Amino acid sequence: MNTTHRLELRDVRIRLDGKTLVSLDTHIGPGEVLTVMGPSGSGKSTLLAHLAGFLAPGFQAAGRVLLDGRDIGDLPAERRGIGLLFQDPLLFPHLSVAGNLRFGMPLATADKAARVDRALARIGLAGFGDRDPATLSGGQKARVALMRLLLSAPCAVLLDEPFSKLDTHLRREMRQLVFERLREAGLPSLLVTHDREDAKAAGGRVIELLP
Amino acid sequence: MMLRLAPVLMVILLVAPILAGLAMALLPAFGYLPALGGDSFSLAPWRALAAQPGIGRSVAISLASGLIATAISLSVVLLYLAAATGSRLDRWIRRLVSPLLSIPHAAAAFGLAFLIAPSGLIARLTSPSLTGWERPPDLLIVQDPWGLSLIAGLVIKEVPFLLLMSLAALPQLDPERRVAMARSLGYRPAIAWLKVVAPALYPLIRLPVFAVIAYASSVVDVAMILGPTLPPTLAVSILTWFSDPDLDQRFLASAGAILQLGVTATALLIWWGLERLVARSMDGWIARGGRRRGEASLHLTGKLLILLTAAVAFTGIGGLAIHSVAGFWRFPDALPRSMTMDHWAQALPSLGEPLASTALIALFSTLLAGVLALAALENEQRTRRPASKALWLLYLPLIVPQIAFLFGLVVVMEQLGTRPTHGLITFGHLLFVLPYVFLSLSEAYRRFDPRWSQLALTLGASRNAAFWRVRLPMLLAPLLTAMAVGLAVSIGQYLPTQLLGAGRVTTVTTEAVSLAAGGNRRVIGVWALVQACLPLAGFVIAIGLPKLLWSNRRGMQGSP
Repeated sequence: MNTTHRLELRDVRIRLDGKTLVSLDTHIGPGEVLTVMGPSGSGKSTLLAHLAGFLAPGFQAAGRVLLDGRDIGDLPAERRGIGLLFQDPLLFPHLSVAGNLRFGMPLATADKAARVDRALARIGLAGFGDRDPATLSGGQKARVALMRLLLSAPCAVLLDEPFSKLDTHLRREMRQLVFERLREAGLPSLLVTHDREDAKAAGGRVIELLP
Repeated sequence: MMLRLAPVLMVILLVAPILAGLAMALLPAFGYLPALGGDSFSLAPWRALAAQPGIGRSVAISLASGLIATAISLSVVLLYLAAATGSRLDRWIRRLVSPLLSIPHAAAAFGLAFLIAPSGLIARLTSPSLTGWERPPDLLIVQDPWGLSLIAGLVIKEVPFLLLMSLAALPQLDPERRVAMARSLGYRPAIAWLKVVAPALYPLIRLPVFAVIAYASSVVDVAMILGPTLPPTLAVSILTWFSDPDLDQRFLASAGAILQLGVTATALLIWWGLERLVARSMDGWIARGGRRRGEASLHLTGKLLILLTAAVAFTGIGGLAIHSVAGFWRFPDALPRSMTMDHWAQALPSLGEPLASTALIALFSTLLAGVLALAALENEQRTRRPASKALWLLYLPLIVPQIAFLFGLVVVMEQLGTRPTHGLITFGHLLFVLPYVFLSLSEAYRRFDPRWSQLALTLGASRNAAFWRVRLPMLLAPLLTAMAVGLAVSIGQYLPTQLLGAGRVTTVTTEAVSLAAGGNRRVIGVWALVQACLPLAGFVIAIGLPKLLWSNRRGMQGSP
């Protein structure tokens, strides 16, 4: 988990009907969290969609996105190696907790069951593998979602306001856990949020988007 | 690649047979059909048609019963939604919609006939105490010359259809907020619903309403059971001419088919005019700003009418069941003196083959429709293009009267030398199964949160894996429901089976309808009950299987 990755955005511009929504030129080093802030409508989500490979038809994107020096702009979403953490934990309701964790593991992973068990133990959910995700608490779901992301071995991570739906207490705890794990895994991360506290906890550079 | 072909294939499958069928009805209607010696165009078939006794009345009955049945059904549905939304009755009715919808038209029509006939259940329950009848009165209630029982039979079946379509469309209107808003301005709930929700709902269910008009003005099986006989409705007359051993009658039948097309088009036009009138008076009613008057009676009629419809449908099915086991049953007795399984025992040996044909045709046409619909919807998701404008073509088989193009299609098949087989009938059923499967599946498919698939992709799953491992299992319940709808549609088909099978392939439905003429109620009871129960089995599986599979997964229980 400790290989180093870096994400570069070279003169990325996203336009809709000729109007530029987002324009960004930056790079994110291993274990670094870059925070992008801005009010709703400033194009934060559009930027994430572009990086992840889901930009809706109608938007025009220019510039290059390099992951470890490789241009991923033309790759389909599933081959980009970019993981996403959503506002909601989005645990697949038809799979068990272990099934959720296993879903994203690369096919060649050796001894998946043991890794799932270890991962559950690390987030304080040892023995939860067979549980129905719907029976977990909000905090437990959020932790499983984070672990599922990490086990899929991404090379970079995008965070889409991942703490906005948690209550205050849980939010603090999850911020700490998420940023700690991402740093530990040496993943370049891009956090989109409108909460200053998130930016502070991320501890990296902050870029403000204008509406 | 295959996916991209799916929408095109779907449109071709639906449109080509209809166009070919219409063309092959149009040519013989003007005397041109070389195979039968019609080498030149002429107006002879039309002159023959005009000379048919009672043709004017046939046309009038078809037109009127179609329009009136639709108007009543729509009113029942709208009044019910206005009066009962959110009540306990509402939850109860919502659960009944699918089973009600799954009852085939023919079975519902037989049920109604057994209920209202002079010796039917209602007469028995009220005789001799209320009516003084000691023997069945000599009244023509079923198959009355005005088509009233035909209209009633259609209403029973079209109410659940329009209700389901409305319930599917309502969530996007956010009716609770609209009504709450109007109530805060002093409107009583039912009036509020009619004034702020109904005008927005109608455009969303307009195509289904048109489909009901087209169906009701050209129906064959219900009209054979409940409709007038001297003369019958236009659609029934056409079928009689077409089935005549004298092949020359086919020219007459073709002219009739084109006339039917005109009758249905006229019905749609009249409805369109009525829409304008109603819209204008609604505008006036809304603008006047009345808030309370009529609320109580709205509540009462809204609930009563839907209860009456549901009660008639279910009592009718109950009546079929009683008749099927009735032994000796003197007239005013409410229940038979003795019960017997004789009718079942006698019917059993001959049930097997039609039952197998019904199941085979229904399963194959539904599977084909399911695969096509899934492929087209998956393609829509992947290309992320909004729903194609060609979508209204899906309604084409539902809006063009069956009888108008089906036997043109038979002529095409005869020309091609295709023999009537199960395959041909399956293909014919697909025309009607596919639209329903697609429409009921597309709802759920388009509402499905796109983040699930995005999540699967960012976790490294391929597009195919995202479909098989995420979208399909999560949409299993709505998929099975759509398939159950498909099965029900196929099982209920009379005309395509009869025409494309040339009477040589029998299904439960064709058997049941053909028994109508014989009038042996006990045998009809057996067959109509079997026909009514078949689709129900599909719905039981569609509801039960996901519950069984996901018994351990609470998040999958409330899925649509």
